[in-house]
Amino acid sequence: MSQTRRILAAHAGRDSLTPGEFIEIPVDLVLANDITAPLAIEEFGKLGVAGVFDRDKVVLVLDHFTPNRDIASADQCAYVRRFALEQKISHFYDGGEVGIEHVLLPEEGLIAPGMVVIGADSHTCTYGALGCFSTGMGSTDAAAAMATGKTWLRVPDAILVKLTGRPHRWVGGKDLIINLIGILGVDGATYASLEFDGPGVENVSVEGRLTAANMVIEAGAKNGIFPADAAAVEFLRGVGVKASESGIEPDEHGYLRQIDIDLSAMEPQVALPSLPSNAVAVGEAPHVKLDQVVIGSCTNGRLEDMRLAAQVLKGNKAAPGVRLIIIPGSPRVYRTSMAEGLFDIFLDAGAVISPPTCGPCLGGHMGVLAAGERAISTTNRNFVGRMGSRTSEVYLSNPAVAAASAVTGTITDPGEIV
Amino acid sequence: MAAREILQGTAHKFGDNVNTDVIIPATHLVSNDPVVLGKNLMAGQDPGFASRVVEGDIIVGGENFGSGSSREHAPLAIKGGGISAVIAASFARIFYRNALNVGLPLIESQEASAAISDGDQVVVDLGSGRIEDVTTGKTFDVPPYPEFMQRIMDAGGLIEYVKKEM
Repeated sequence: MSQTRRILAAHAGRDSLTPGEFIEIPVDLVLANDITAPLAIEEFGKLGVAGVFDRDKVVLVLDHFTPNRDIASADQCAYVRRFALEQKISHFYDGGEVGIEHVLLPEEGLIAPGMVVIGADSHTCTYGALGCFSTGMGSTDAAAAMATGKTWLRVPDAILVKLTGRPHRWVGGKDLIINLIGILGVDGATYASLEFDGPGVENVSVEGRLTAANMVIEAGAKNGIFPADAAAVEFLRGVGVKASESGIEPDEHGYLRQIDIDLSAMEPQVALPSLPSNAVAVGEAPHVKLDQVVIGSCTNGRLEDMRLAAQVLKGNKAAPGVRLIIIPGSPRVYRTSMAEGLFDIFLDAGAVISPPTCGPCLGGHMGVLAAGERAISTTNRNFVGRMGSRTSEVYLSNPAVAAASAVTGTITDPGEIV
Repeated sequence: MAAREILQGTAHKFGDNVNTDVIIPATHLVSNDPVVLGKNLMAGQDPGFASRVVEGDIIVGGENFGSGSSREHAPLAIKGGGISAVIAASFARIFYRNALNVGLPLIESQEASAAISDGDQVVVDLGSGRIEDVTTGKTFDVPPYPEFMQRIMDAGGLIEYVKKEM
């Protein structure tokens, strides 16, 4: 069986599962944020249950429009806060404890291989990097799971992504996933799981895998999953989670498709407006004038991303007219970046350092784009109007490319700067 | 919503990859009220759209309708904006599930998606699974929902289904 079906079968109490069948299974963790939790709490109220199924298995993170941008978003957060306190939710993140949810949860030791995680956020698929099944759903699905501890799923087919080779210095998980979405298209993996395997996996850092798994939804996938190899087990040990290695077993149903990717041949990738599938090598990106650069998000707000940006920005300044916004993704990333001196490099480069928030990624706040403006961003979506005005444009890249582009004011290969 | 009713309205045609940032831009996600959300329906692409919808109208999309975020506000905005159903060549997974949960009928038909023109009068018979383009006289048969999903539809959405099962 595929790694995904193995996890789902274990939860269904079955020896095997066939793609396409419907199952109802217990969930190990349910997540919602300040945009999706209010609606989930409302629907939860209609179910007439006294409390959540397990106060240790519901996670609420106020990360999207926080620190609150306006009265309406403050009201939304207040509503979630009341619920979290009433229900004595163990993992409720507010104020200075807030990190961007998909950066935060693995750091908090809440994710382990073999788990089933559902979240009312499409990028919940991030956690598959650590060998679990995780997928995004809506608020009502989260509400039902918060009440019953169960959810229903259609068992997915699998697409195998076989990685070989060692990527060069400025290529990582972001480039892998933009390249893959370019191959698949934005709906090329709809309803399927994307299963990463092959000798190249060990050449992608665990943080890079979190970045790659984060964006499988941009190809329509239900989930993405990496084997929990020695590096993943080591990462988990570092956050207090005991786990053993697990890999992909041969799949008797075969895969819908196999895609082979040689990481050693890959250049840094850029997704041009206005679809994540518009992938080109950085050298082929147009030399447009940039107004803003954003480095952060649930895709690239981890410590490795901050370090990569700092390597490029050290001794450099953002070009005149370019607003550089850097968003460490969690309190831990923030504190460690500060301790390592990265903030000095960022401030010397003329950057704004934001508290952890989803903010500009979805055009919420903390860096919304004006009409006609262009940004390069390490976020995950470059849809029309995603970061602000309908006439603004977003290019997606890894943190090193974004940092190099901030220095020159146009899309730039970091190799030209460092 | 009755799960198997007959719907009729004017078609509003959209292209491929209509994503949830188009359907309801994130900046408006500070309400759960379908009517409030409906005032900004499709504002990401066409800010005047909501004011042109007549109650019962039908959206006709291309491939991958509803891609992007998990915001259930998207199908709520479509319902609250007065749209009775969405016909598309294909739907993104989370959107499909959200629509089912909130009782917004989705009909997947490549043929209907291609053949129906903007402004056509369209009838959707959810019980028999038949779409009729009244303007052109063409009909399209669509396969029923999988039985498990039909049970959720018949219950009136996921919350009612879960209440019955608990």
